[in-house]
Amino acid sequence: MGMTIAEKILANHAGVKKVSPGDIVTVKVDYAFQPDLAFTEDLGELQKVWDPDRIMIVFDHVAPAANVALAEAHKLARDFARKFGIKHVYDIGRHGVAHEIMAENGFLRPGGLIACPDSHTATSGAFNCAGRGLGLPEMLYAMAKGETWFQVCETLRFKIVGQMPERVMSKDVILHIAGRYGTEVAVNKNVEFTGPTVSEWSLSSRITVANMAAELSAEFALFEADRKVIDYVSSRTREAFTPVTPEADARYCETFEIDVSKIEPQVSVPHSPGNSKPVSEVEGTPIDQVFVGSCCNGRLEDLQVVAEILRGRKVHPDVRMIITPTTQETYAQALEAGLIKVFVDAGACVTNPTCGACYGGHLGVLAAGERCISTANRNFQGRMGSKEAFIYLASPATAAASALAGKITDPRR
Amino acid sequence: MKLRGRVWLFGDSINTDLMYPGFVTTLPEAERPKYCMGANRPGWSEQVREGDILVAGKNFGCGSSRPAAKSLRSLGVSGVLAESINGLFLRNAINFGLPALSLEGVSRMFGEGDIAEVDVGSGYVENVRTGETKVAVPLPQALIHIIASGGLLPLLIKVGYLKG
Repeated sequence: MGMTIAEKILANHAGVKKVSPGDIVTVKVDYAFQPDLAFTEDLGELQKVWDPDRIMIVFDHVAPAANVALAEAHKLARDFARKFGIKHVYDIGRHGVAHEIMAENGFLRPGGLIACPDSHTATSGAFNCAGRGLGLPEMLYAMAKGETWFQVCETLRFKIVGQMPERVMSKDVILHIAGRYGTEVAVNKNVEFTGPTVSEWSLSSRITVANMAAELSAEFALFEADRKVIDYVSSRTREAFTPVTPEADARYCETFEIDVSKIEPQVSVPHSPGNSKPVSEVEGTPIDQVFVGSCCNGRLEDLQVVAEILRGRKVHPDVRMIITPTTQETYAQALEAGLIKVFVDAGACVTNPTCGACYGGHLGVLAAGERCISTANRNFQGRMGSKEAFIYLASPATAAASALAGKITDPRR
Repeated sequence: MKLRGRVWLFGDSINTDLMYPGFVTTLPEAERPKYCMGANRPGWSEQVREGDILVAGKNFGCGSSRPAAKSLRSLGVSGVLAESINGLFLRNAINFGLPALSLEGVSRMFGEGDIAEVDVGSGYVENVRTGETKVAVPLPQALIHIIASGGLLPLLIKVGYLKG
C-alpha cells in the first residue's frame, strides 16, 4: 500500500523508507518558529539550541505589546534571540502573523516539515509543507534538538469540484465542510485537499482552507505543490526543495467530494466553526463589529475583495469595522494598491499587523452582548474578549457587505 | 499508573478558549487556572479537588496550543477520559504529565460524582458505582513514560536542555 503526502513527508524526515498509520516516528524538523505568546509561559530556561539559523522568533500575537505583561514577554523573546545568536527575528515593524511570515520568507517549502506551537500551523500545508500545532514543552525540545515525534495517522481526502459561484470564496467552502462533516471529522487524521477546483484556487485561497483544517481537528492538512506553489516558493528562497505527491496506491480512510457550485456564502454562528449555515438563513442579524484579518483571511487577496465592496461607500454608522493586514508586507502591498485609502474613506479602522482581535488580544476586543462578524477561523465562546459576546465567521466578502448594511448580509446583493 | 477519582462530566468540543482564555496569558501563572471553564461552567475551578477525573464528549481540547492541560493539572485533575481527544491537546496532556484516554461510550458510562478507576497502562476504565467497565486503546509505552515522569519538562531538565 502506498503512502499519502503526510506519510511520505514523515518518512522522509524520519529517515525511513516507509511509515504506516499507528507508527510513532521521530522526525527532524526543517525549522522551528516561536511566537511572542510562547514567552508568556514560564516553563524554564532553555540551555541550548540545535541551530540558531533554523529558529525564528515571530512577534505576532500582540504586536506591539498592549500591556506590561506582554512587554515583558517580548523582552524575554528578544533576550532569548540574543543569547543564542538567532538572526531570524521578526520584531515590531518587520512582523506579521507567523504563518504568513514563514511563507513570505520562503521557509514553507514543498516536502518540508516545520515546528511551531501555534494551532494554525497546518496553514503550511497549502505549500505542500507539513506542519501542525505543537505544545510549548515539545517546542523547547524541538528547539534544543531539532526533532520531535508524531504518531502516523490515517488520511482523509476532500476532493473539491465544480465552479466557484460569484462572491463565494474558499472560506465559504471550508465553513461548509466544517458544518457538513463536523469539527471532529479529522481528529487523529491527516487531510488532503485535491480536485480541479483546488487547482483553480489562488495560493491565498488554499491557505485559508489549510488554515481552517485546524478547525476540523486535522493533524497535517496538505495540498500538492503545483506551478503556483513552486513559482511562489522559488521567488522567496534559493534553497532547493522536492514536492511530495501521494503514491498512486495511497490509502485514504475516506474521500468526500464537495461540489462547490451548489454552495452559498456561509456564516458560522456562535460558538463553533461547525455551526455553519447559508448566509440566507442568518441575514439581517445585527452586528456591532466587523473584523477582517488573521492568518485565515487577512492577505492581499482578501483585502482586495473587501475594497471592491467598500469602494466609494460608507461603513454603517452603528458598526465599527477593523481591518488588520496579516503582515507588514501585506500592509505595504495594500498601501501601494490604494486599498488602505479605500478603507479609511469608508470609515474603517486599519490597524497594524497582529493576531490582535482574532484571539481577543487587543485592537478589537468585544464587550458582553456584542456581535462581531469576523474573517478569522474561530468563534469559540470568549475567544474575542467577553464570554458573553457572539462571533460569526464568514468570508471577507460577506464581512464587507455586512459592514455596509450594519447587519449580516449576502455579499451577492 | 492507576487513577481513582470523582467524575466531572463535560460535553463535546470543550475547547482551549474555555480552559485557558486568551486574557489569562497576561496574568501571573498562579492565577491562571482559576479561569478554567469560567465561561461554560462558572465556579467549577473552585469545586474541583485533587484527584478528580474529567469525563467528556467528542474532540476534547480542540483549539490552540495554550497549556490548558497544565491548568487542569494545577487544579488537581488526575486524568481525562473523552469520546475523542484533540491531537494537540493530547500532546500537551502528555507533555504536562496529565493522563488522557480516548474511549468511545465513556461519556454515557458515568454520572457526575461517580468514582472512576483507570489503569493508564492497560486502558482499563471502571465506574466503581455501577461496576461497568470498558477498555480504551492504551497510549504507546513511550508516551506513558513521559506522563509517568511528570511530563516532558522534568525530562528536559534531566538531560540538561532546560533549567527549571
